[in-house]
Amino acid sequence: MSEASAQSEQPMVSMKRLNKWYGDFHVLRDIDLEVAKGERIVVCGPSGSGKSTLIRCINHLEEHQQGEITVNGITMTQDIKRIEQIRRNVGMVFQHFNLFPHLTVLENCCLSQVWVQKKPRRDAEKSAMEYLERVRIANQAHKYPGQLSGGQQQRVAIARALCMRPEVMLFDEPTSALDPEMIKEVLDVMIELAQEGMTMLCVTHEMGFARTVADRVIFMDEGQIVEEAPPETLFNDPQSPRTQEFLSQILGH
Amino acid sequence: MAATQVRSEMLAPRKAPDRRTGLVGWLRANLFSSPLNSLVTLALAALLVRLIWPFLEWALFNANFLGESREACSSGGACWVYISARFETIIYGFYPPELRWRVNIVFVLLALVIAWLAIPRMPFKKWGALCALIPFPIAAFLLLHGGYFGITTVPTRDWGGLMLTITIALLAMVGSLPLGIMLALGRRSTMPFVRGVCVLFIEFWRGVPLITVLFMASVMLPLFTPSGFDLDKLLRALIGIMLFWSAYMAEAVRSGLQAIPSGQSEAASALGLGYWHRMILVVLPQALKLVIPGIVNTFIVLFMDTSLVLIIGLFDFLAVIRSGLNDPEWLGYAIEGYVFAALVYWIFCSSMSRYSQYIERRLHTGH
Repeated sequence: MSEASAQSEQPMVSMKRLNKWYGDFHVLRDIDLEVAKGERIVVCGPSGSGKSTLIRCINHLEEHQQGEITVNGITMTQDIKRIEQIRRNVGMVFQHFNLFPHLTVLENCCLSQVWVQKKPRRDAEKSAMEYLERVRIANQAHKYPGQLSGGQQQRVAIARALCMRPEVMLFDEPTSALDPEMIKEVLDVMIELAQEGMTMLCVTHEMGFARTVADRVIFMDEGQIVEEAPPETLFNDPQSPRTQEFLSQILGH
Repeated sequence: MAATQVRSEMLAPRKAPDRRTGLVGWLRANLFSSPLNSLVTLALAALLVRLIWPFLEWALFNANFLGESREACSSGGACWVYISARFETIIYGFYPPELRWRVNIVFVLLALVIAWLAIPRMPFKKWGALCALIPFPIAAFLLLHGGYFGITTVPTRDWGGLMLTITIALLAMVGSLPLGIMLALGRRSTMPFVRGVCVLFIEFWRGVPLITVLFMASVMLPLFTPSGFDLDKLLRALIGIMLFWSAYMAEAVRSGLQAIPSGQSEAASALGLGYWHRMILVVLPQALKLVIPGIVNTFIVLFMDTSLVLIIGLFDFLAVIRSGLNDPEWLGYAIEGYVFAALVYWIFCSSMSRYSQYIERRLHTGH
């Protein structure tokens, strides 16, 4: 990210010397990262490199031990009120969708609007239907998640996160659990979202997606950021041997 | 050389091959599938008839149903007069006969409230739940016990029979489930103190037999409490039963909480929902649905174990039936008494079980 924009506007997400351990295992090592408003970041790297942990720290699904995280001007502390304030600014989409199976699609999208934002149910349903329309699944609004395909469920999960009108969207391997023929419908929705100017951090191995929308691609290995560059540069001319090896493994067949 | 094959027309779906369906098909498949099976079926059927027929003869065809005393039993079969002549005592215990209409009103109110809550088609469920939780218990207490607004007091030592059994069972169920849920949540808490207290509580109450709990509640407790502080014996027993079963309920609920993937709670957290919202809106509805069999199992055992209150001198349904066995007027009708008691317990417990199966089917959302 250029220095000029970092000074002119506060970053949407900023991490300073972030460190995290699982027991003795050092998962995140001195992570420094700034994400500007509207920026699209793709995080990739081998499994176990800490990329999911990194984005899960942003909404405190994982707790870090050292360093500082600031989201939309709010600095993370242990205070649960502060954490919940940050979570209201951050939407998240999971690998396994994590829709609530006992609620219909519409109820999934209304739940936090009604209970966190205290919206009247009718307004919540109206805005839920708008977002379901945008992910092209409004006609399934009264079904239960268990009756939908994986791709449909993931699109509902995206709509559910958007209903809270977040400033940042986190995607944790959103297409990894999908059958191949369903990946495109989810990526299309994500591309549209990126084009509308949403700030996004995506952990994904979909290189086509990264090339289309990412402003920066971050390559992580062993808990640290190894290389960080615009997609064309990183994919076509990787500098680090680790990046080169990783890319040759995922692109080499 | 590899053979190439291309389908030019897709196949339309066809009907499944004929299966044996209907009663005849079922009989063939399950009872008469081979000569040996047919033989076994016939032999067992003969045995069943040999066993059941005499029972039916005794219990129904040769039985006497109505009368005032044992003289009415002359036909050699079951003497249901033993039950019918003492029917009022079996239902009301020693509740003053001229006030038994009050118990009847409570029975009717209870039936209405249960119907309102249990039948899915009934409207205004929230109001029904509110009625069940506040006005109904107040009305039931005033009618059964009295003592306020000039209503004659009927002390709990006069309560008895089926009415007492239902009172104890219902209050214990209604009390132990929420308490058990709180304990289960507490046992999974990340706060060491809360978790410790819940573990201690659960392990303590699961470690003592119910009989001991009842005995302590009725005999020991008054020794330790200051004089003048006199809790009603039934109330003491009730609190003991409630605490005892809440420990079992907690473990049933905890098994359900553990079965819910952590992603559910994470997704709810990510949406900004706080702990109580996550539990009440997301985790508990799924967990409780999973443990309906365990909860109903506990309810059934709880219902039958209410008969243990006999040892602290409360005359519940079974105790009233048994008390007649020592009556010189009615010596020798123990079998009738116990068969009737078994039938009544079975009706209550199997209705709970059937209803829970129905609810499980209703709550299934295809995952």
